[in-house]
Amino acid sequence: MHTSTQSTARPGADSAPAIELRGVTKRFTTPSGSVYTALKDLDLEVAPGEFCAIVGPTGCGKSTTLTLVSGLERPSLGTATVHGEPVSGITPGVGFVFQTDAVLPWKSVLDNVAIGPRFRGTPKATANVAARDWLRRVGLAGFEDRFPHQLSGGMRKRVALAQSLINEPEILLMDEPFSALDVQTRAIMSNELLQLWDLTRPAVVFVTHDLEEAIALADKVVVLTAGPGGTVKATFEIDLLRPRVVQEIRFEPRFVDLYHQIWEALRSEVDIAYAQTTDVARTVAS
Amino acid sequence: MSTDVAQPTATGESTESSENQRAYRAMLRRRRLLVRLTQFAVLIVLLGGWQLFVGGDSRKVILYGEPSGIANQLRTWVEHGTALGSLGDQIRVTLEEAIIGFFIGTALGIVCGIALGRIRFLADPRIVLGSVFILAFGLGIESKILLVIVLVFFGVFFNAFQGVREVDRNLIANATILGGSRWQVTRHVVLPSAFTWIIASLHVSFGFALIGAIVGEFLGASQGLGRLIRDAQGTFNANGVWAAMLIMGIVALTAEWFITRLENRLLRWRPPQLSGPDL
Repeated sequence: MHTSTQSTARPGADSAPAIELRGVTKRFTTPSGSVYTALKDLDLEVAPGEFCAIVGPTGCGKSTTLTLVSGLERPSLGTATVHGEPVSGITPGVGFVFQTDAVLPWKSVLDNVAIGPRFRGTPKATANVAARDWLRRVGLAGFEDRFPHQLSGGMRKRVALAQSLINEPEILLMDEPFSALDVQTRAIMSNELLQLWDLTRPAVVFVTHDLEEAIALADKVVVLTAGPGGTVKATFEIDLLRPRVVQEIRFEPRFVDLYHQIWEALRSEVDIAYAQTTDVARTVAS
Repeated sequence: MSTDVAQPTATGESTESSENQRAYRAMLRRRRLLVRLTQFAVLIVLLGGWQLFVGGDSRKVILYGEPSGIANQLRTWVEHGTALGSLGDQIRVTLEEAIIGFFIGTALGIVCGIALGRIRFLADPRIVLGSVFILAFGLGIESKILLVIVLVFFGVFFNAFQGVREVDRNLIANATILGGSRWQVTRHVVLPSAFTWIIASLHVSFGFALIGAIVGEFLGASQGLGRLIRDAQGTFNANGVWAAMLIMGIVALTAEWFITRLENRLLRWRPPQLSGPDL
């Protein structure tokens, strides 16, 4: 069992990691008043420009790590540091792509993408030029005046991506961004994500259930243990060459090899999580 | 890139399907006509029944009025004006009170509702009660507009408050991360989202505004529809009461039409309601 195949390719001491979580524990108070520990003693380090995928069973606190990095939540214990600065308030230079649609339904596609620069005080004309440029890059030229409900799910995801990337974040956090898309659209979006990532090379933390997606996209795959109290079980370096074609890379022997290794680590956690949910179901039923 | 492009309605259709469509549309038209005719028939039956029931009996006329008398009364008012001045003036006075009160009440309701919804400290119930007391004591001033404001305020206020509470947390988180300040998030996310709730309350609130103005005029006024109703009531003129109520109804429906237009304009980002099965 790979209990801790720790990352050996640490960035040099001269460059501070883009993201550093040290001994982070996060507790929530549930509406019934009890305390739920989502994360326990978690260490995570992401270098600048590194694409890190986090996989783990349901309810292991994957999404919670993202809220800690973005500054939407604070750790109960331990420290969250971004570019050497402790996180306080919303972390500047962070983009967040949510699992559900978070584009503003009452704004046109153009206004949605331009909103980041507008919030930061860029004049409207300049912001619109940048927004058109990013819409072209995500393949939505010609859809500027549509409202989000007039777009398909995949197109709304592109809007969300453009909306985040226009701010040129140094850190891009993605919370199962493609999980609501159909399989084909998902593969296409993954490819496009890699191309877009290559443009500005932010550090990415990509949370997903899908191990194939994680390996195909990432430089580093982090496996979390089953919650409550999720923590890092193992870290795997993905040494597949870039540029990658997401739809085809899964046939490479090295991909299959990595998949086996990581699945070995993940399987027992998935089993534990599954046993927990069925336990809960059984106690509720009886 | 073209895999997930939502195409607008296909343009090149075969002649067969366009013929089908034509037949379908013709059926819809026939159906709509049938509905209109039925509605008209019901109206005729109701009015005719009313007229026959009263049958010129002067006691019943005093109690219930009669459609022909109402029509006469309306004609007199339109042609010769009311005892208080021209009919247009009465409507204008009432509308003025209702509309001024409606706007102030709505504005206050929206501002208070959103402020309380956004700033948790203000939602402390004692502070809410404070504003209630101010409004309640203000009633001592016999002003129709104030009455309208009070009536309109609460409907709009609670809807605005609830609307703020119902805003999708994801949207707020997203806008915050994109760099929105608290005010910017309120302006670009909370307000538009809460507007669906607020607009819904405006339909009811305008009804309240009219009621407020008319009740206010009942209590004391020299002009207005409420005064007109009171005078008609005082002289046992049931036809006059009905006629004034009819005018009120028309005014309310017109206002409703304007509010619906406003709603469609402000909420044009919403997906159109698709016609589903009749359940």
